[in-house]
Amino acid sequence: MYSNRYIIIYSTILVIVVATLLTLVSIGLKPKQDYNRKVEKMQNVLASVHIETTPKNAQEYFNKYIIEQFVIDYKNVKQENFLAFEVNVEKESKLPAEKRKLPVFVHKTDDGQIKYIIPMYGKGLWGPIWGYISLNEDKNTIYGAFFDHKGETPGLGAEISTIEFQNQFKNKKLFDEKGNFVSVKTVKGGAIDVDAHAVDAISGGTITCNGLNKMMVDELKPYEMFLKSKN
Amino acid sequence: MSQKESLFSPKIIKTFLGPLNQNNPIAVQVLGICSALAVTVQLKPALVMAISVIIVSSFANLIISLLRNTIPTNIRIIVQLVVIATLVIIVDQVLKAYVYDVSKKLSVFVGLIITNCIIMGRLEAFAMGNKPWVSFVDGFANGVGYGIILILVGFFRELFGSGKIMGISVIPEFFYQMGYENNGFMILPPMALITIGIIIWIHRSWNKTLIEK
Repeated sequence: MYSNRYIIIYSTILVIVVATLLTLVSIGLKPKQDYNRKVEKMQNVLASVHIETTPKNAQEYFNKYIIEQFVIDYKNVKQENFLAFEVNVEKESKLPAEKRKLPVFVHKTDDGQIKYIIPMYGKGLWGPIWGYISLNEDKNTIYGAFFDHKGETPGLGAEISTIEFQNQFKNKKLFDEKGNFVSVKTVKGGAIDVDAHAVDAISGGTITCNGLNKMMVDELKPYEMFLKSKN
Repeated sequence: MSQKESLFSPKIIKTFLGPLNQNNPIAVQVLGICSALAVTVQLKPALVMAISVIIVSSFANLIISLLRNTIPTNIRIIVQLVVIATLVIIVDQVLKAYVYDVSKKLSVFVGLIITNCIIMGRLEAFAMGNKPWVSFVDGFANGVGYGIILILVGFFRELFGSGKIMGISVIPEFFYQMGYENNGFMILPPMALITIGIIIWIHRSWNKTLIEK
Protein backbone atom coordinates (compact mmCIF):
# COMPACT_ATOMS: atom_id res chain seq x y z
CA MET A 1 0.00 0.00 0.00
CA TYR A 2 1.07 3.53 -0.60
CA SER A 3 1.26 5.93 2.33
CA ASN A 4 -0.65 9.20 2.30
CA ARG A 5 2.66 11.02 2.33
CA TYR A 6 3.76 9.26 -0.85
CA ILE A 7 0.48 10.03 -2.56
CA ILE A 8 0.59 13.71 -1.65
CA ILE A 9 4.20 14.12 -2.75
CA TYR A 10 3.53 12.16 -5.93
CA SER A 11 0.56 14.25 -6.94
CA THR A 12 2.34 17.49 -6.06
CA ILE A 13 5.29 16.65 -8.26
CA LEU A 14 3.00 15.52 -11.06
CA VAL A 15 1.01 18.74 -10.98
CA ILE A 16 4.11 20.94 -10.87
CA VAL A 17 5.67 19.13 -13.83
CA VAL A 18 2.45 19.35 -15.84
CA ALA A 19 1.88 23.02 -15.00
CA THR A 20 5.41 23.97 -16.02
CA LEU A 21 5.11 22.07 -19.26
CA LEU A 22 1.78 23.64 -20.19
CA THR A 23 3.00 27.12 -19.34
CA LEU A 24 6.00 26.68 -21.59
CA VAL A 25 3.86 25.40 -24.47
CA SER A 26 1.36 28.21 -24.02
CA ILE A 27 4.00 30.95 -23.93
CA GLY A 28 5.89 29.42 -26.83
CA LEU A 29 2.89 29.23 -29.14
CA LYS A 30 1.14 32.45 -28.14
CA PRO A 31 2.67 34.77 -30.76
CA LYS A 32 1.65 32.40 -33.53
CA GLN A 33 -1.90 32.04 -32.15
CA ASP A 34 -2.31 35.79 -31.72
CA TYR A 35 -1.22 36.27 -35.29
CA ASN A 36 -3.83 33.75 -36.46
CA ARG A 37 -6.55 35.59 -34.56
CA LYS A 38 -5.45 38.89 -36.02
CA VAL A 39 -5.55 37.52 -39.55
CA GLU A 40 -8.98 36.02 -38.93
CA LYS A 41 -10.27 39.40 -37.74
CA MET A 42 -8.95 41.05 -40.89
CA GLN A 43 -10.67 38.40 -43.01
CA ASN A 44 -13.93 38.98 -41.14
CA VAL A 45 -13.79 42.74 -41.61
CA LEU A 46 -13.17 42.30 -45.32
CA ALA A 47 -15.90 39.66 -45.62
CA SER A 48 -18.47 42.29 -44.62
CA VAL A 49 -17.57 44.28 -47.74
CA HIS A 50 -17.68 41.18 -49.96
CA ILE A 51 -13.94 40.76 -50.29
CA GLU A 52 -12.83 37.15 -50.10
CA THR A 53 -9.40 36.56 -48.66
CA THR A 54 -7.17 33.70 -47.64
CA PRO A 55 -5.05 33.78 -44.48
CA LYS A 56 -2.06 34.46 -46.73
CA ASN A 57 -3.29 37.61 -48.45
CA ALA A 58 -5.51 38.99 -45.65
CA GLN A 59 -2.92 41.45 -44.38
CA GLU A 60 -2.18 42.78 -47.85
CA TYR A 61 -5.86 43.23 -48.75
CA PHE A 62 -6.63 44.78 -45.39
CA ASN A 63 -3.96 47.42 -45.88
CA LYS A 64 -5.17 48.05 -49.41
CA TYR A 65 -8.92 48.26 -48.85
CA ILE A 66 -9.27 49.64 -45.33
CA ILE A 67 -8.14 53.20 -45.86
CA GLU A 68 -8.91 54.52 -42.41
CA GLN A 69 -9.91 53.29 -38.97
CA PHE A 70 -10.91 55.36 -35.99
CA VAL A 71 -12.57 55.12 -32.60
CA ILE A 72 -15.42 57.36 -31.47
CA ASP A 73 -17.60 57.62 -28.38
CA TYR A 74 -21.40 57.71 -28.34
CA LYS A 75 -21.39 61.49 -28.87
CA ASN A 76 -19.42 60.98 -32.07
CA VAL A 77 -16.28 62.53 -30.62
CA LYS A 78 -13.15 60.96 -32.02
CA GLN A 79 -11.02 59.21 -29.46
CA GLU A 80 -7.40 59.76 -30.27
CA ASN A 81 -4.72 57.25 -29.34
CA PHE A 82 -6.90 54.25 -30.08
CA LEU A 83 -6.74 52.02 -33.12
CA ALA A 84 -10.08 50.55 -34.16
CA PHE A 85 -8.47 47.22 -34.92
CA GLU A 86 -7.10 46.91 -31.39
CA VAL A 87 -10.42 47.56 -29.65
CA ASN A 88 -11.80 44.47 -27.94
CA VAL A 89 -15.42 44.57 -29.03
CA GLU A 90 -16.37 41.77 -26.65
CA LYS A 91 -15.27 43.79 -23.61
CA GLU A 92 -16.77 47.03 -24.94
CA SER A 93 -20.16 45.44 -25.60
CA LYS A 94 -20.54 44.76 -21.88
CA LEU A 95 -20.07 48.42 -20.91
CA PRO A 96 -22.84 51.01 -20.82
CA ALA A 97 -23.11 52.99 -24.06
CA GLU A 98 -21.64 56.19 -22.56
CA LYS A 99 -18.40 54.44 -21.67
CA ARG A 100 -17.90 52.49 -24.84
CA LYS A 101 -15.14 52.91 -27.33
CA LEU A 102 -16.76 52.52 -30.73
CA PRO A 103 -14.50 51.35 -33.54
CA VAL A 104 -15.20 52.16 -37.19
CA PHE A 105 -13.36 50.94 -40.27
CA VAL A 106 -13.52 52.84 -43.52
CA HIS A 107 -13.37 50.87 -46.74
CA LYS A 108 -12.84 52.28 -50.22
CA THR A 109 -14.10 50.11 -53.05
CA ASP A 110 -12.24 49.71 -56.32
CA ASP A 111 -14.55 52.29 -57.92
CA GLY A 112 -13.96 54.82 -55.17
CA GLN A 113 -17.08 54.44 -53.01
CA ILE A 114 -16.76 54.83 -49.25
CA LYS A 115 -18.20 52.16 -46.93
CA TYR A 116 -18.25 52.22 -43.14
CA ILE A 117 -17.72 48.95 -41.26
CA ILE A 118 -18.99 48.52 -37.72
CA PRO A 119 -18.10 45.51 -35.57
CA MET A 120 -20.61 43.93 -33.21
CA TYR A 121 -20.75 41.28 -30.53
CA GLY A 122 -23.66 39.45 -28.93
CA LYS A 123 -25.04 36.25 -27.51
CA GLY A 124 -26.43 33.27 -29.38
CA LEU A 125 -27.83 30.09 -27.92
CA TRP A 126 -24.67 28.26 -26.87
CA GLY A 127 -22.12 31.02 -26.87
CA PRO A 128 -21.07 34.31 -28.37
CA ILE A 129 -21.96 35.50 -31.86
CA TRP A 130 -20.28 38.41 -33.60
CA GLY A 131 -20.22 40.17 -36.88
CA TYR A 132 -19.43 43.18 -39.02
CA ILE A 133 -21.95 45.37 -40.81
CA SER A 134 -20.87 47.59 -43.66
CA LEU A 135 -22.86 50.67 -44.57
CA ASN A 136 -22.99 52.83 -47.68
CA GLU A 137 -21.89 56.43 -47.58
CA ASP A 138 -25.38 57.50 -46.38
CA LYS A 139 -24.65 55.55 -43.16
CA ASN A 140 -28.11 54.05 -43.43
CA THR A 141 -28.22 51.47 -46.21
CA ILE A 142 -26.47 48.19 -45.48
CA TYR A 143 -23.85 47.20 -48.02
CA GLY A 144 -22.88 43.87 -46.56
CA ALA A 145 -22.95 41.79 -43.41
CA PHE A 146 -20.77 39.12 -41.92
CA PHE A 147 -21.71 36.99 -38.92
CA ASP A 148 -19.93 34.22 -37.14
CA HIS A 149 -20.44 32.22 -33.99
CA LYS A 150 -18.56 30.14 -31.49
CA GLY A 151 -20.76 27.07 -31.30
CA GLU A 152 -24.30 27.48 -32.59
CA THR A 153 -26.11 24.33 -33.70
CA PRO A 154 -24.99 23.25 -37.19
CA GLY A 155 -27.83 23.48 -39.71
CA LEU A 156 -29.88 25.68 -37.38
CA GLY A 157 -28.42 28.68 -35.55
CA ALA A 158 -25.08 28.20 -37.29
CA GLU A 159 -26.76 29.22 -40.55
CA ILE A 160 -26.11 32.87 -39.61
CA SER A 161 -22.59 32.37 -40.91
CA THR A 162 -23.77 31.35 -44.39
CA ILE A 163 -23.52 33.69 -47.35
CA GLU A 164 -27.21 33.13 -48.17
CA PHE A 165 -28.31 34.47 -44.81
CA GLN A 166 -25.86 37.35 -44.82
CA ASN A 167 -26.75 38.46 -48.33
CA GLN A 168 -30.30 39.16 -47.20
CA PHE A 169 -29.04 42.19 -45.29
CA LYS A 170 -27.87 43.97 -48.40
CA ASN A 171 -29.84 47.17 -49.13
CA LYS A 172 -31.78 47.00 -45.86
CA LYS A 173 -31.93 50.22 -43.87
CA LEU A 174 -31.13 51.11 -40.28
CA PHE A 175 -33.34 54.23 -40.06
CA ASP A 176 -37.01 54.56 -41.00
CA GLU A 177 -38.35 57.37 -43.18
CA LYS A 178 -38.78 59.69 -40.20
CA GLY A 179 -35.16 59.17 -39.25
CA ASN A 180 -35.77 56.97 -36.23
CA PHE A 181 -33.32 54.20 -35.49
CA VAL A 182 -34.99 50.81 -36.01
CA SER A 183 -32.15 48.59 -37.26
CA VAL A 184 -32.83 45.31 -39.09
CA LYS A 185 -34.32 42.26 -37.47
CA THR A 186 -35.02 38.69 -38.41
CA VAL A 187 -38.69 37.87 -38.92
CA LYS A 188 -40.41 34.52 -38.79
CA GLY A 189 -42.62 33.39 -41.61
CA GLY A 190 -40.62 35.14 -44.26
CA ALA A 191 -39.83 38.82 -44.48
CA ILE A 192 -41.41 40.69 -47.37
CA ASP A 193 -38.86 42.06 -49.78
CA VAL A 194 -40.24 45.56 -49.52
CA ASP A 195 -39.70 45.69 -45.74
CA ALA A 196 -36.46 47.60 -45.39
CA HIS A 197 -35.95 46.52 -41.78
CA ALA A 198 -36.48 42.76 -41.83
CA VAL A 199 -34.85 39.61 -43.15
CA ASP A 200 -35.93 35.98 -43.02
CA ALA A 201 -35.27 34.30 -39.70
CA ILE A 202 -33.82 30.78 -39.56
CA SER A 203 -36.23 27.95 -38.82
CA GLY A 204 -35.05 26.14 -35.73
CA GLY A 205 -32.61 28.91 -34.93
CA THR A 206 -34.97 31.13 -32.99
CA ILE A 207 -32.74 31.83 -30.00
CA THR A 208 -29.75 32.57 -32.20
CA CYS A 209 -31.90 34.90 -34.31
CA ASN A 210 -33.24 36.64 -31.22
CA GLY A 211 -29.67 37.14 -30.09
CA LEU A 212 -28.85 38.52 -33.52
CA ASN A 213 -31.81 40.93 -33.35
CA LYS A 214 -30.67 42.15 -29.97
CA MET A 215 -27.12 42.54 -31.23
CA MET A 216 -28.30 44.52 -34.28
CA VAL A 217 -29.99 47.01 -31.95
CA ASP A 218 -27.72 47.12 -28.89
CA GLU A 219 -24.51 47.28 -30.84
CA LEU A 220 -25.59 49.85 -33.43
CA LYS A 221 -27.60 52.13 -31.13
CA PRO A 222 -24.47 53.68 -29.52
CA TYR A 223 -23.38 54.71 -33.02
CA GLU A 224 -26.59 56.68 -33.62
CA MET A 225 -24.96 60.13 -33.42
CA PHE A 226 -22.21 59.01 -35.77
CA LEU A 227 -24.68 57.46 -38.20
CA LYS A 228 -26.83 60.59 -38.29
CA SER A 229 -23.91 62.96 -38.73
CA LYS A 230 -23.12 63.99 -42.25
CA ASN A 231 -19.40 63.48 -42.13
CA MET B 1 12.95 -6.21 -17.21
CA SER B 2 15.86 -8.57 -17.69
CA GLN B 3 14.48 -10.10 -20.85
CA LYS B 4 14.80 -7.70 -23.71
CA GLU B 5 11.97 -8.03 -26.15
CA SER B 6 12.72 -7.39 -29.80
CA LEU B 7 11.12 -4.33 -31.38
CA PHE B 8 8.84 -6.31 -33.67
CA SER B 9 8.23 -9.57 -31.88
CA PRO B 10 5.02 -11.53 -32.67
CA LYS B 11 3.42 -10.07 -29.53
CA ILE B 12 4.06 -6.53 -30.72
CA ILE B 13 2.64 -7.31 -34.14
CA LYS B 14 -0.42 -8.90 -32.57
CA THR B 15 -0.85 -5.85 -30.34
CA PHE B 16 -0.64 -3.67 -33.39
CA LEU B 17 -3.04 -5.58 -35.63
CA GLY B 18 -5.74 -6.26 -33.03
CA PRO B 19 -7.23 -2.76 -32.88
CA LEU B 20 -7.15 -2.47 -36.65
CA ASN B 21 -9.48 -5.40 -37.20
CA GLN B 22 -10.55 -7.85 -34.50
CA ASN B 23 -10.70 -5.28 -31.74
CA ASN B 24 -11.38 -2.04 -33.58
CA PRO B 25 -12.36 0.61 -31.03
CA ILE B 26 -15.19 2.03 -33.14
CA ALA B 27 -16.41 -0.84 -35.30
CA VAL B 28 -16.17 -3.57 -32.67
CA GLN B 29 -16.06 -1.95 -29.25
CA VAL B 30 -18.27 0.96 -30.39
CA LEU B 31 -16.31 3.50 -28.34
CA GLY B 32 -15.57 7.11 -29.21
CA ILE B 33 -18.66 7.39 -31.39
CA CYS B 34 -19.58 10.96 -30.46
CA SER B 35 -16.50 12.57 -31.94
CA ALA B 36 -16.70 10.21 -34.91
CA LEU B 37 -20.14 11.63 -35.69
CA ALA B 38 -19.20 15.24 -35.13
CA VAL B 39 -15.96 15.78 -37.00
CA THR B 40 -16.49 13.70 -40.13
CA VAL B 41 -18.43 16.15 -42.32
CA GLN B 42 -15.23 16.77 -44.25
CA LEU B 43 -12.10 14.74 -44.70
CA LYS B 44 -9.61 17.31 -43.48
CA PRO B 45 -10.96 17.78 -39.94
CA ALA B 46 -11.39 14.00 -39.70
CA LEU B 47 -7.76 13.54 -40.68
CA VAL B 48 -6.52 16.11 -38.17
CA MET B 49 -8.71 14.61 -35.45
CA ALA B 50 -7.37 11.13 -36.25
CA ILE B 51 -3.78 12.33 -36.02
CA SER B 52 -4.53 14.13 -32.75
CA VAL B 53 -6.05 11.02 -31.21
CA ILE B 54 -3.16 8.84 -32.42
CA ILE B 55 -0.64 11.19 -30.80
CA VAL B 56 -2.55 11.47 -27.54
CA SER B 57 -3.27 7.75 -27.19
CA SER B 58 0.29 6.65 -28.09
CA PHE B 59 2.00 9.03 -25.71
CA ALA B 60 -0.54 8.68 -22.91
CA ASN B 61 0.02 4.92 -23.05
CA LEU B 62 3.78 5.37 -23.12
CA ILE B 63 3.88 7.80 -20.19
CA ILE B 64 1.48 5.81 -18.04
CA SER B 65 3.38 2.64 -18.77
CA LEU B 66 6.66 4.30 -17.72
CA LEU B 67 5.04 5.49 -14.51
CA ARG B 68 3.00 2.36 -13.89
CA ASN B 69 5.09 1.05 -11.01
CA THR B 70 5.10 4.37 -9.18
CA ILE B 71 1.47 5.39 -9.56
CA PRO B 72 -0.41 5.00 -6.25
CA THR B 73 -3.42 2.77 -6.96
CA ASN B 74 -5.82 5.03 -5.07
CA ILE B 75 -5.27 7.95 -7.41
CA ARG B 76 -4.42 6.14 -10.64
CA ILE B 77 -7.48 7.37 -12.55
CA ILE B 78 -6.63 10.94 -11.61
CA VAL B 79 -3.04 10.48 -12.73
CA GLN B 80 -4.24 8.98 -16.02
CA LEU B 81 -6.59 11.91 -16.57
CA VAL B 82 -3.89 14.45 -15.81
CA VAL B 83 -1.60 12.84 -18.37
CA ILE B 84 -4.30 12.69 -21.03
CA ALA B 85 -5.49 16.23 -20.35
CA THR B 86 -1.95 17.59 -20.57
CA LEU B 87 -1.35 15.91 -23.92
CA VAL B 88 -4.70 17.07 -25.27
CA ILE B 89 -4.07 20.67 -24.26
CA ILE B 90 -0.67 20.59 -25.93
CA VAL B 91 -2.20 19.16 -29.12
CA ASP B 92 -4.97 21.77 -29.01
CA GLN B 93 -2.48 24.62 -28.60
CA VAL B 94 -0.36 23.33 -31.47
CA LEU B 95 -3.41 23.04 -33.73
CA LYS B 96 -4.44 26.60 -32.84
CA ALA B 97 -1.00 27.81 -33.79
CA TYR B 98 -0.45 25.86 -37.00
CA VAL B 99 -3.81 24.80 -38.50
CA TYR B 100 -6.10 27.52 -37.17
CA ASP B 101 -8.96 26.95 -39.62
CA VAL B 102 -9.16 23.24 -38.86
CA SER B 103 -8.89 23.82 -35.12
CA LYS B 104 -11.91 26.12 -35.39
CA LYS B 105 -13.90 23.38 -37.11
CA LEU B 106 -12.90 20.81 -34.52
CA SER B 107 -13.71 23.35 -31.78
CA VAL B 108 -14.62 21.51 -28.58
CA PHE B 109 -13.96 18.05 -29.94
CA VAL B 110 -10.22 18.27 -29.49
CA GLY B 111 -10.82 19.13 -25.85
CA LEU B 112 -13.21 16.23 -25.63
CA ILE B 113 -10.45 13.77 -26.54
CA ILE B 114 -9.82 13.94 -22.78
CA THR B 115 -13.05 12.07 -22.19
CA ASN B 116 -12.62 9.74 -25.16
CA CYS B 117 -13.25 6.33 -23.64
CA ILE B 118 -10.82 4.65 -26.02
CA ILE B 119 -7.84 6.38 -24.44
CA MET B 120 -8.90 5.97 -20.81
CA GLY B 121 -9.77 2.37 -21.56
CA ARG B 122 -6.36 1.57 -23.04
CA LEU B 123 -4.53 3.20 -20.13
CA GLU B 124 -6.50 1.31 -17.53
CA ALA B 125 -6.63 -2.01 -19.39
CA PHE B 126 -3.23 -2.08 -21.05
CA ALA B 127 -0.66 0.53 -20.09
CA MET B 128 -1.04 -0.05 -16.35
CA GLY B 129 0.16 -3.62 -16.80
CA ASN B 130 2.54 -3.66 -19.75
CA LYS B 131 6.00 -2.46 -20.67
CA PRO B 132 6.48 0.94 -22.36
CA TRP B 133 7.20 -0.10 -25.93
CA VAL B 134 4.33 -2.55 -26.25
CA SER B 135 2.04 -0.01 -24.58
CA PHE B 136 3.08 2.65 -27.03
CA VAL B 137 2.30 0.30 -29.92
CA ASP B 138 -1.07 -0.52 -28.37
CA GLY B 139 -1.93 3.18 -28.00
CA PHE B 140 -0.77 3.91 -31.51
CA ALA B 141 -2.73 1.00 -32.98
CA ASN B 142 -5.91 1.99 -31.17
CA GLY B 143 -5.50 5.53 -32.41
CA VAL B 144 -5.02 4.22 -35.95
CA GLY B 145 -8.03 1.92 -35.61
CA TYR B 146 -10.10 4.91 -34.60
CA GLY B 147 -8.56 7.08 -37.29
CA ILE B 148 -9.25 4.64 -40.14
CA ILE B 149 -12.96 4.66 -39.42
CA LEU B 150 -12.99 8.44 -39.05
CA ILE B 151 -11.23 8.90 -42.38
CA LEU B 152 -13.50 6.41 -44.14
CA VAL B 153 -16.61 8.14 -42.82
CA GLY B 154 -15.17 11.58 -43.58
CA PHE B 155 -14.31 10.51 -47.10
CA PHE B 156 -17.80 9.26 -47.96
CA ARG B 157 -19.59 12.12 -46.22
CA GLU B 158 -17.56 14.79 -47.98
CA LEU B 159 -17.81 13.00 -51.33
CA PHE B 160 -21.56 12.55 -51.30
CA GLY B 161 -22.43 15.53 -49.12
CA SER B 162 -20.37 18.24 -50.79
CA GLY B 163 -18.98 16.55 -53.92
CA LYS B 164 -15.46 17.26 -52.71
CA ILE B 165 -12.39 15.53 -51.31
CA MET B 166 -10.14 17.59 -49.05
CA GLY B 167 -12.04 20.67 -50.21
CA ILE B 168 -11.38 20.03 -53.92
CA SER B 169 -14.36 19.34 -56.17
CA VAL B 170 -14.09 15.85 -57.62
CA ILE B 171 -17.52 15.27 -59.10
CA PRO B 172 -17.45 16.58 -62.67
CA GLU B 173 -19.76 19.41 -63.66
CA PHE B 174 -21.22 17.04 -66.25
CA PHE B 175 -22.88 14.98 -63.49
CA TYR B 176 -24.61 18.03 -62.06
CA GLN B 177 -25.92 18.94 -65.49
CA MET B 178 -27.34 15.42 -65.77
CA GLY B 179 -29.34 16.15 -62.63
CA TYR B 180 -27.04 14.77 -59.93
CA GLU B 181 -27.23 16.64 -56.64
CA ASN B 182 -25.14 16.63 -53.50
CA ASN B 183 -26.98 14.85 -50.72
CA GLY B 184 -27.48 17.44 -47.98
CA PHE B 185 -28.44 14.66 -45.61
CA MET B 186 -24.84 13.39 -45.65
CA ILE B 187 -23.74 16.59 -43.92
CA LEU B 188 -25.97 15.98 -40.92
CA PRO B 189 -24.90 13.79 -37.96
CA PRO B 190 -27.49 11.01 -38.52
CA MET B 191 -25.80 10.00 -41.76
CA ALA B 192 -22.50 9.61 -39.91
CA LEU B 193 -24.19 7.09 -37.66
CA ILE B 194 -25.63 5.26 -40.64
CA THR B 195 -22.28 5.33 -42.45
CA ILE B 196 -20.58 3.84 -39.39
CA GLY B 197 -23.36 1.25 -39.27
CA ILE B 198 -22.68 0.29 -42.88
CA ILE B 199 -18.95 0.05 -42.17
CA ILE B 200 -19.65 -2.25 -39.20
CA TRP B 201 -21.93 -4.34 -41.42
CA ILE B 202 -19.28 -4.73 -44.13
CA HIS B 203 -16.61 -5.41 -41.51
CA ARG B 204 -18.62 -8.21 -39.94
CA SER B 205 -19.67 -9.82 -43.16
CA TRP B 206 -15.99 -9.96 -44.08
CA ASN B 207 -14.74 -11.05 -40.64
CA LYS B 208 -17.20 -13.77 -39.62
CA THR B 209 -15.63 -14.33 -36.18
CA LEU B 210 -17.11 -11.01 -35.04
CA ILE B 211 -20.71 -12.10 -35.50
CA GLU B 212 -22.32 -12.79 -32.17
CA LYS B 213 -24.42 -15.92 -31.91
